Amino acid sequence: MTTLLDTLLNGLALGAVYALVALGFVVIFKASGVLNFAHGSLLLLGGYLVAVLHDDLGFAGALAVAVLTTAAVAGALDRLLLQRGDPDPKAAHVQTIVTIGVDIILVTDLSRRIGGDLLTLGDPWGDAVTGLGPVTVADSRLAAIVVSTVVIAGVFALFRFTPWGLSLRAAAEDVEAAALMGVRLSRVRMLAWCLAGALAALAAVFLAAFPAPGLERTTGQIALKAFPAAILGGMASPPGALAGSLLIGLTEALVAGYQSELHVLGEGFGDVAPYAVMVVVLLVRPTGLFGAKGAVRV
Amino acid sequence: MSELVPKWGKLLLPALLLCALPFYLDAFWLRIGLFSIAAAIGAVGLGLLSGTAGQLSLGHAFFLAVGAYGYTWLAGDPGPALPPALAAVLAVLLAGAAGGLFSPVAGRVRGIYLGIATLALVFLGHHLLLTADSVTGGFNGRSVPPLTLGGFGFTADDPELTVLGVPFGAEERLWYLGLALFALTWFTARGLLRGRPGRALSAVRDSETAAAVMGVNVARYRSAAFVVSSMYAGLAGVLLALSFRRVVPDYFGLALSVDYLAMIVIGGLGSVAGATAGAFFVTALPLLMTRYADQLPLVAAPGTGGEGALGPTEAARYLYGAVIVVILLYAPDGLHGLSRRVRARLRPARSPDRPPSAPWPASAETSPATPARAKEHTP
Repeated sequence: MTTLLDTLLNGLALGAVYALVALGFVVIFKASGVLNFAHGSLLLLGGYLVAVLHDDLGFAGALAVAVLTTAAVAGALDRLLLQRGDPDPKAAHVQTIVTIGVDIILVTDLSRRIGGDLLTLGDPWGDAVTGLGPVTVADSRLAAIVVSTVVIAGVFALFRFTPWGLSLRAAAEDVEAAALMGVRLSRVRMLAWCLAGALAALAAVFLAAFPAPGLERTTGQIALKAFPAAILGGMASPPGALAGSLLIGLTEALVAGYQSELHVLGEGFGDVAPYAVMVVVLLVRPTGLFGAKGAVRV
Repeated sequence: MSELVPKWGKLLLPALLLCALPFYLDAFWLRIGLFSIAAAIGAVGLGLLSGTAGQLSLGHAFFLAVGAYGYTWLAGDPGPALPPALAAVLAVLLAGAAGGLFSPVAGRVRGIYLGIATLALVFLGHHLLLTADSVTGGFNGRSVPPLTLGGFGFTADDPELTVLGVPFGAEERLWYLGLALFALTWFTARGLLRGRPGRALSAVRDSETAAAVMGVNVARYRSAAFVVSSMYAGLAGVLLALSFRRVVPDYFGLALSVDYLAMIVIGGLGSVAGATAGAFFVTALPLLMTRYADQLPLVAAPGTGGEGALGPTEAARYLYGAVIVVILLYAPDGLHGLSRRVRARLRPARSPDRPPSAPWPASAETSPATPARAKEHTP
């Protein structure tokens, strides 16, 4: 029973962090139709900035600088590179490949700087743990759950109550109609990219915090786990991304926690279990759990 | 019809040139060429699927792996140790069957969802390759049995062969095999694209409803595109396995799938020649850059320079990433579109071809958002 509670809490924390990343994917996709392959390297950039700056600025200062810088880099990437090309939204596939090129450059540069090191981020939780009834949880995990919940709620509020959120939803609905109604697509897009960059930098902190050993050059690859999370929930639905992330986090934690009972599936199945779950969900609901079926007009 | 003769003539010259290359290039260049040819075969397959049929696939690496490992297992020991030529054919069919098995998903799931669903194939496949050691050799992979065709081996000395004073080793022999397979790919794919199936697939891409109204069996064509594309991937996998002489699971990861996607977009979607150009670009460029990067300014030779010095491998990666970005910024329709525009400019008398349509319904996928929701907040 203790194991189960332990695993569930772990899964919840993991899912909460995936949600930060998945939400970024979804926001970018909604705003620009681009599948951002550079998301992992943006995440790595955020983590790296915290790691090098926390000695001088303190953790909070470093985090603030990292979040702002990553947001600025993501926004600049969209404004300077992606929006320069063909403005036709049908050209999103070309922009998707441009993000691959950007990812190659960013990852090469950051890997060169990080090398084989494990960077600590100087986060305030350290390796402290808290007893919650029968289970003990790492403080960083609890912080991940709390911070992610607050941030995600804030993002939903942005979507729901601000003019920008309205513009974003309108643009996701119908680009041309939105433009005719006076929505400035280029700004809406850029802000969406900024938001996604900020979320990725924040996620990097929790991905590198205890019990993870620290920030490595491969940390960015975890962003790939957010793909199934975003898809499970239905790519166009932010609440869906949240639900999908929790499902993915729980699946991964449960499969890893009960590894010994599942050894038929091979070692390390926990890492790929999210994908198996995703395929099954897509078979039953081809547009994800929360994605609505698109109306087809001829 | 009068264009038919010059078209054949245009193909003849490059074909002769490619056949003459082994007499002038050493094994290093031939190996790069071989990898590019194999990549081109795979890219043509993916171009058919994603470019023409509009089905985004990130799972191409999985089908390459099925071809490569299928051949290795079928022709090798442990395994049934079939004659290698038969094993190669069966491996291609196996890859097609794998594509067919995935068609329940491919038939139902669209656009970006399909892309990520196929991403799952890569991860699950990689896990399978690592776990099923008895078939795949686990993490360290297996060595690939060489291909023999009627007593003629595609190896260094079986039998010894010298043509016009040039000793024919494994690379030279595989080069001609690769060319033959590529010619097969080129003509079958162009035939498919220009014939009834190609038109049906384009119709499905542009509008499934309209295609169905015109009498196209949408579900059948969607899964057929998947099967055919997987077979090309399987063929590419066999050729890659033969050129590498060893297959390891880590090669067939997500990065490979993404590379193939980059190939078809850089080449220009929806054309066989474009996919081929993109494949050469993506495969050969990093290899060449790594080889010659130490001659660039500011780049330290390997082993020299302290921590943080810019090594040739990294310089090559930077350049490669930058080239992808620059090409797509200035030629969003890829190398194929670029060459078409250059030709149109060189020959001002002829009117330029019509602009290419943009396939792959990425933008169409933004619309499945609920139609009713935005209205709650209409100002």
